[in-house]
Amino acid sequence: MRYIEPHGHMVSRTTDDYQAMITAGCQAVCEPAFWAGYDRSSVDGFRDYFRQLTEYEPARAAKFLLPHFSWLCINPKESEDLALAADVLAMIPEFLSQPNVLGIGEIGLNRNTRNELNVLEQHVDLAVKHDQLILVHTPHLEDKLKGTRLIVDLLRSHQGVKPGRVIIDHVEEHTIQYVLDQGFWAGITLYPDSKSSPPRAVDMLEICGRERIWLNSACDWGVSDPLAVPKTAFEMRRRGHSTEFVDQVLYQNPVRFLSQCPKFRLGV
Amino acid sequence: MPTKRTPRPQGKLPAAAAPRALVDHGFVPVRAKLIEVAAFLDRVERHGAADDFRCVALRTAAQVLLDGKPERARRILERLSDPTTKPDAVSTGKAALGAWLPSATVGVKVKMKVKVKVKVAATRR
Repeated sequence: MRYIEPHGHMVSRTTDDYQAMITAGCQAVCEPAFWAGYDRSSVDGFRDYFRQLTEYEPARAAKFLLPHFSWLCINPKESEDLALAADVLAMIPEFLSQPNVLGIGEIGLNRNTRNELNVLEQHVDLAVKHDQLILVHTPHLEDKLKGTRLIVDLLRSHQGVKPGRVIIDHVEEHTIQYVLDQGFWAGITLYPDSKSSPPRAVDMLEICGRERIWLNSACDWGVSDPLAVPKTAFEMRRRGHSTEFVDQVLYQNPVRFLSQCPKFRLGV
Repeated sequence: MPTKRTPRPQGKLPAAAAPRALVDHGFVPVRAKLIEVAAFLDRVERHGAADDFRCVALRTAAQVLLDGKPERARRILERLSDPTTKPDAVSTGKAALGAWLPSATVGVKVKMKVKVKVKVAATRR
C-alpha cells in the first residue's frame, strides 16, 4: 500500500513516527504551519519556525527517505493580534521560493472573529497574488459549521480564487457536502477524540463519493495518530472496498491536488 | 447552510459489502460507547453538573438517535453547532467547548444555567 500524509505537524513528532510512517507505505508528508501551543511573542518566532519548516524538517524527514513539503501562514489562533499578523504576512514571501513550499496554509478561522476573518482575507490575497495553493483549517467543534460558511463565503466572493486550487480541511458530516458542492477539495481529518474516526471517514466516502477528497492525520503535539491514514485503509478493505478505491483516496487524490504546485514531485 | 442537501448519487457501496459483517465488527465498540454516554449522564447528574449547557446539549442531541430519520451524525453535529451567521466581535478564548453557548451568557454562572437551557432549546426550533 502507498499513501500520502497531506497534513502532519512533524516538528511535534518523533523519529519513531517517521519510521512507522515510511514502514506503513507513506510516500510524502506535507506540513502546514500551525499554532505552537502558545502564542509567539514576535515575528522573529515565526521566522525561526518557517526556517524549521523549510530547512531543518525536510532534512530530518530525508533521513527516513520521506519527501517533506510545507505550507506557510500565521495560524488563525494567533490572528487576533493584527499587528503581529501584518508582520508575518509581510515576511512570508521571503520563503515562498523555498523548494518544499507548496502554498499558503493552514489558514482559516478558529473562533470565527472579525480579526480572524480579516487576516484570512489577507492570506487569500497573498496566495492569489503569488499564485499559491491554499490549505484551509476549519474551526473546531461547535464553531465548525458557522466557520465553514464564513470561509466559503469569503473564498467564493474573491475573484482570484480558483476553488480547484483550495482544500478545505477538517470537514465532517455537516460540512463535507457543502464544501464539495462549492467546487473545493475537502480534507477529512482522523482524530481519536474529535473530528472524524476511520469508520465515519469511510461512511462519508461512501455517501459523498471519492472525488476531490483526501484523508489526513493532522498529527501534532495533541492526542493524534500519525498512522491514522493507513489504519483507515484497513477499514475500507474490511468493508469490501477495492485496492483501487484505497489507492485513489489515499494516494492518487492528494497527488492530483498537490501536483498543481510544480514543486510537488515524488522521488523515483 | 447545510439544511438543503444535494441529492446524493446511489451505488457507492462496494459490491463485496456484507451488511452482517458491519454489525459483527462494529457492534461491540459502539455498544461500549453508548454505555459510556449513559454512564457520563449518570455521573454528571450524581455530581450536580447535569445542568451544564454542554450536558443539556448532549441530552438534546441524543434525541436524534431515536427519531427514526437518516443522517443522524450530520444532524447531531448541527445541533451541537453555533447557529449564528455573523463573525464575533471578539474572541471568547482559544478553545471551542463542544456545544454552543450564546456569547451573552459566557461567564454567567449557576443561576443562569436554566436560562441557558431555555436558549439552547429555543435554537432548535
